[in-house]
Amino acid sequence: MYYKETIRQMYDIGIGSLMIIVVVSLFIGAVTAVQFTYQLQGTAIPSYYIGYIVRDMAIIELAVTFSSIILAGKVGSNIASEIGGMRQKEHIDAMEIMGVNTASYLVMPKIIAALFVIPLLVSIAAFVSIGGGFVASTGTGAYSPEEFIKGLRSFFIPWNVFIMYVKAVVFAYILTSIAAYQGYFVKGGSIELGQASTRAVVYGIIVILIADYIIAVLLTG
Amino acid sequence: MIRAEGIFKSFDQNKVLKGIDFTFEASKTNLIIGKSGAGKTVLLKILVGLFQPTKGKIWYDDKDFFQLSKAELLKIRMQVGMLFQGNALFDSMTVEDNIRFPMDMFTRMTEGEKRKRVDYCLERVSMEGINNKFPSEISGGMQKRVGIARAIVLKPKYLFADEPNSGLDPKTAITIDSLLTDITDENNITTIINTHDMNSVMEIGENICLLHLGKLAWQGNKDEVLESDNEILQDFIFASPFLQKLKSRALSNGGGSL
Ligand SMILES: Nc1ncnc2c1ncn2[C@@H]1O[C@H](COP(=O)(O)OP(=O)(O)OP(=O)(O)O)[C@@H](O)[C@H]1O
Ligand SMILES: [Mg+2]
Repeated sequence: MYYKETIRQMYDIGIGSLMIIVVVSLFIGAVTAVQFTYQLQGTAIPSYYIGYIVRDMAIIELAVTFSSIILAGKVGSNIASEIGGMRQKEHIDAMEIMGVNTASYLVMPKIIAALFVIPLLVSIAAFVSIGGGFVASTGTGAYSPEEFIKGLRSFFIPWNVFIMYVKAVVFAYILTSIAAYQGYFVKGGSIELGQASTRAVVYGIIVILIADYIIAVLLTG
Repeated sequence: MIRAEGIFKSFDQNKVLKGIDFTFEASKTNLIIGKSGAGKTVLLKILVGLFQPTKGKIWYDDKDFFQLSKAELLKIRMQVGMLFQGNALFDSMTVEDNIRFPMDMFTRMTEGEKRKRVDYCLERVSMEGINNKFPSEISGGMQKRVGIARAIVLKPKYLFADEPNSGLDPKTAITIDSLLTDITDENNITTIINTHDMNSVMEIGENICLLHLGKLAWQGNKDEVLESDNEILQDFIFASPFLQKLKSRALSNGGGSL
């Protein structure tokens, strides 16, 4: 049962969020490229740096943080209202009486699914962001594809990819567990359910950003 | 047998139960009755362990319910079936998956055995053939029956029902009642039903617990209801002017029965 539920959650989180992650990442990459093109104008920094900057911005910070914030909104509110609805409709009580450990049955599959799927989504986000940056910088003719790719291949530090995955896993845990907690302990009726799902998103995003800062300090210090 | 011993329950300042002692007997349909707000649901939830009492003990046969080890608790849980006031059917699962759920969670039965058991339970509540419907696609009375089917799927020793016939027409209400008593008799279950339906009281009440202002106001069986001169009980049973008229007419005709 746990296995089946975990697979269902993976599908929900993964396939359900793929589209929005792709669209958002594409634009983030593009905007990063356009912004840095503007900032690099008239400096002595070689123009091929654009590929390097887009790549590292995507990997270290933008892909993972943006994706997680979007998922905190989408998956977080979804989890909170699903579990909260079950609480209010006495489904959780019914399961408790049957002997089901509801905290683990309802929450664990979601957390486990998120821990697997969100790093995958983040990898996709990173690739797409870089693609977005490539299109934005070469499409206008500001840079040649060779320049961008040269940048992309320069100064590559595998450790940064490790940081990205650490963040992805930590953020995945944060957003699912906060949302599940908000849903599991919801009281009252539909207004409270709405509030719980809002809290899931707001707290999720705030804690993700705090964790982002802490990880940055710890792993790049 | 399930026994409540000196059960108190308060929510903040609201003292809902003020010392309930009652024994719910095995292979009997035990009723908890009382006005809306009397604390029936609260008592039932304490009996199944969804609420902790402020004070008092619950005994499942010779076991102190709130002192059980995890393994013992799970063992008892698997012997408990419950029908909720609002059904609590899992609305994103089909009827069949609802009924299978306890088997999927707790047994190593084969697919074939599970399917057979689902069909048996549905047949037992006269709902055969609705396996693939969702709870939202069937009527309230049908949902109650499916709830019963789910509650009995693991052959419980203890069966709880919170207002199983509220919101149903009198005829359907009676069939649900007799379904519950039949299942109780067939399987020697300790059944505890909450109700404020006076038809149920008179039809199926083998051991009745009347709650009033947080205390046990009366106890007895359906035959003793009419003979009792307990005012709270009479007030509860003969609540409507129509029933009071019927009763006084019956009494003036010289008989003690209606
Ligand atoms: N979770 C809760 N938190 C606070 N108070 C509660 C809670 N559940 C019940 N109560 C209080 O306990 C009292 C008894 O409620 P209960 O639901 O047991 O009544 P009931 O006898 O089942 O009524 P009905 O026949 O309408 O279902 C009410 O005053 C209610 O306000
Ligand atoms: Mg009630």
